[in-house]
Amino acid sequence: MIAELGHFALILSFCFAILLAFVPITGAWIGDRLWMRLSRPLAGAQFLMAIVAFAALTASFLRDDFSVRYVAGHSNSLLPWYYKFSAVWGGHEGSLLLWALILTGWTAAVAKFSKQLPLEMVARVLGVMGMISIGFMLFILMTSNPFLRYLPNSPQDGADLNPLLQDFGLIVHPPMLYMGYVGFSVAFAFAVAALMGGRLDAAWARWSRPWTTVAWAFLTLGIALGSWWAYYELGWGGWWFWDPVENASFMPWLAGTALIHSLAATEKRGVFKSWTVLLAIFAFSLSLLGTFLVRSGILTSVHAFAADPERGRFVLMMLGVVIGGSLLLYALRAPVVKSRIGFSETSREVFLLVNNIILVVAMLTVLIGTLAPLVAEWMDKEISVGAPYFNLMFSLLVPLLVIVMGVGMYSHWKDTKAAQLLGPVPMFLVISAVTSVVIPWMYGEIHLMAVIGVFIAVWLFAATLRDAWLKSASSQGRMRGWLRTSRSYKGMVLGHLGLAVTIVGATMVSQYTVERDVRLAPGQSVELSGFTFRFDEETQRRGPNFIGDRATVSILDSDGDVLHVLHPEKRRYQVSGNIMTEAGIDPGLFRDLYVSLGESLEDESWTMRVQYKPFVRWLWLGGVFMAWGGFLAVADRRYRIKLKRKLSTAEAMDSSDAQAQPRGDADALGGRQA
Amino acid sequence: MNPKRKQRLIIVSFLVIGVSATVGLIMTALSNNVNHFYNPTEVVQGAAPIDKSIRVGGMVVDGSVNRDGKSLAVAFTVTDYNNNVNVKYTGILPDLFREGQGIVATGKLDAQGVFQAEEVLAKHDEKYMPPQVQRALDKAQDAAPAQTY
Amino acid sequence: MKRLFLFVPLLAFVAVVILFNQNMDNDPSKLELARKDQPVPTFKLGELYNPGRELTPADLKGEPMLLNVWATWCPSCRVEHPYLLKLAKEYNVPIIGLNYKDDRDAAKKWLETLQDPYRFVIFDQEGRLGLDLGVYGAPETYVIDAAGVIRYRHVGVVNEKVWRETLAPMLRNLKMANANAVEEPGS
Repeated sequence: MIAELGHFALILSFCFAILLAFVPITGAWIGDRLWMRLSRPLAGAQFLMAIVAFAALTASFLRDDFSVRYVAGHSNSLLPWYYKFSAVWGGHEGSLLLWALILTGWTAAVAKFSKQLPLEMVARVLGVMGMISIGFMLFILMTSNPFLRYLPNSPQDGADLNPLLQDFGLIVHPPMLYMGYVGFSVAFAFAVAALMGGRLDAAWARWSRPWTTVAWAFLTLGIALGSWWAYYELGWGGWWFWDPVENASFMPWLAGTALIHSLAATEKRGVFKSWTVLLAIFAFSLSLLGTFLVRSGILTSVHAFAADPERGRFVLMMLGVVIGGSLLLYALRAPVVKSRIGFSETSREVFLLVNNIILVVAMLTVLIGTLAPLVAEWMDKEISVGAPYFNLMFSLLVPLLVIVMGVGMYSHWKDTKAAQLLGPVPMFLVISAVTSVVIPWMYGEIHLMAVIGVFIAVWLFAATLRDAWLKSASSQGRMRGWLRTSRSYKGMVLGHLGLAVTIVGATMVSQYTVERDVRLAPGQSVELSGFTFRFDEETQRRGPNFIGDRATVSILDSDGDVLHVLHPEKRRYQVSGNIMTEAGIDPGLFRDLYVSLGESLEDESWTMRVQYKPFVRWLWLGGVFMAWGGFLAVADRRYRIKLKRKLSTAEAMDSSDAQAQPRGDADALGGRQA
Repeated sequence: MNPKRKQRLIIVSFLVIGVSATVGLIMTALSNNVNHFYNPTEVVQGAAPIDKSIRVGGMVVDGSVNRDGKSLAVAFTVTDYNNNVNVKYTGILPDLFREGQGIVATGKLDAQGVFQAEEVLAKHDEKYMPPQVQRALDKAQDAAPAQTY
Repeated sequence: MKRLFLFVPLLAFVAVVILFNQNMDNDPSKLELARKDQPVPTFKLGELYNPGRELTPADLKGEPMLLNVWATWCPSCRVEHPYLLKLAKEYNVPIIGLNYKDDRDAAKKWLETLQDPYRFVIFDQEGRLGLDLGVYGAPETYVIDAAGVIRYRHVGVVNEKVWRETLAPMLRNLKMANANAVEEPGS
């Protein structure tokens, strides 16, 4: 009964989506305020029904209702309750339902926090989101319904959740990632609504900015969590594989990073409007593309869900309508009038433009590398694009980006004196050059890539910190001064420091990881980077739904004292027959020690991979900083003040919008040419 | 030339140079780092280049896996049921590496026709056949349909 | 003139969609069957319940039939199982099971609990026959004519739609062809 209730709620939610997609937009078209006002309650109703549907599926999982096909395919009575809960999004159907839930959630959030927006804009934005909703819910209902049952004879027990997914990281990773992917739909909806209304101005940029930043922060967290999960759960210590599915999440991130920077220029100066709109379309389109790549089975990947051509074709159609339609709208309506806002070659505008170009090139690099096997397959060749391609491209693009960042931080809008830009450069150069030699030297070998990586990271640290130092100068003391800086400034500082931290992590772990595959019998040991790994014993143990070979490996320092005892494990999951390698990790801020079990050999010995991974935690720590910076920026007072003022009349709002527009930006409607 | 024209010319030429440099860079990087896939028949017929990074896939022949007694070196044979290629690898094999299973190995072919693997991949799911391997087998079957095993 | 540039993203996107669409046609269920219109490859395998009974391609001759590849580890096989039962019981369709890379006891238990739609079940523990057939995974269903020649492969679950639109017409045609062939010498 519960599953049927969920199915019914999903259909209702779909009906509300249809109404939401057509009524308010038509209202905006014909100028009917009542129809436009319907958008908010419809968005709420849509969300409510999606919650009911999701709750129903969750309940079916928790109650072990194996007559529901999806539950039978992804759960098992032996599974602990929290994995039953996360198994809801452990498969194709359920993760789509989560997508829909989050999409309707974002829609409801826009409905709630949009009191300061003109009604017409609200109607259009929510209408566009309703259209996206229609597509997704139709997809679920037609090709991927999670509520279908086995009747009459239902299985006694389920086929179990893929053991790779039985893990804390997988409880939180997909929701975070989807929050990011789907969050870009808000920026997308704002862009499309602005194109529809022909109102592409600074106010539009300011409205979509906080939404974009939040979505970006979630996506950052999602990617960091995914990388962390791959590191400890796949068992071999890799943290990024340039796998198509990883690339699918990285491309919207790159486009989104470009977008939050160009939105700043559009909001503050009214420049790059067409470009910003295009980026907003890109960020969400790439999220959809990511979904398509994962769902269609068109690319083979460790992450890929079961290939189903029917589903792939549906997503492709949806992709065509959503992306093609928005790009067509863009081509027809984006402003081409030359902006009358002038700026010099050394202005902040130019630096942000360069930042955008580099990020977009990086995004295209990933896109080309991901799609190249498809092009080759078309020509009847089989190729795979290896990590070296991506690594080479990023080792060129990232240093370029960071060097420009360090200088650009000191630029002003319109124009900057060369002295002000280049003044601190010698200091940064010296600090970076010294550290970039000293740190690799401490690690024994001086690799060129390590020097470059440390150089740019320190460059970014130095530039960001000096800027923060200058900005926090105050007659009442520095602490006071720092507290007085705006939250969005603090967020920016944190975000940029986060990038530097991630660069340190990526550089050090790729250059100075020490890794050895060894063969050890109980009692034998191996030395690595000053630590001794001693294989003490191997025992069998039974988990709730698996049998494990559990090794005990002691780590000794040079004095022979035991620092830590690790238990790497080889698990065989009984129901699915899958084998999993559970690594034993001794984590630390400056290094991880990582042991994974290979296979058992005849004479009681085991093959093992032992690794020393310096600074690996910094990778994810930097991601957390970046996301935190994003959230902090959104908590800025200027957004909150507007919320408090939400009771003011629409007229007052309109005039405040007009004031907020930069002087000289008079061509708010100038783009309407066609 | 008036200054405005001049500025525009500079911007356009920068754009052209930048775009062509980027495209050139991406294409070079791509062509240097692409791994082509070959099946054992193609390797035996000499279609695969020597000493260049490639991928070879097929089924691991039953009884062919030979582990060195002391080190992690291992040798095995992959087949598409028409031709065999000997593979050598040092290190830990993936969890689902078995005799009779489909695998894909990345590495280089040496002058003796032995494939020196740097990486051996088996899929995460034990029942799943890598599509590349399946296609390689299909191709080989097309080439010699009358053969029975 | 400037507006033309704005069409560049759209055109690039159209190119990507065309590319995807091309590759979708390569999807496994539509992939050319290597063994199409060829006899079932030779094999000698035991029966599931009766390991002593030796099955060969000769057992797959005589009338058009379905050869269903299944296993207990395959969740989709559970999905199609009730439908196979219906085909066998209500329409009296001859279905032969090919138990693929499976465990004998588990497979027997599965058929006991879920009922058995198969005339007999070829037990292919090593997946030899599956490999020769070019099986991608379970479930797959092959249409075999009276002469033991493979006519069609369906990848994925057999359901009402697949049966009505593809398998049923195909079996009907093969049956008629077979009937004609049998009748001809007599007439």
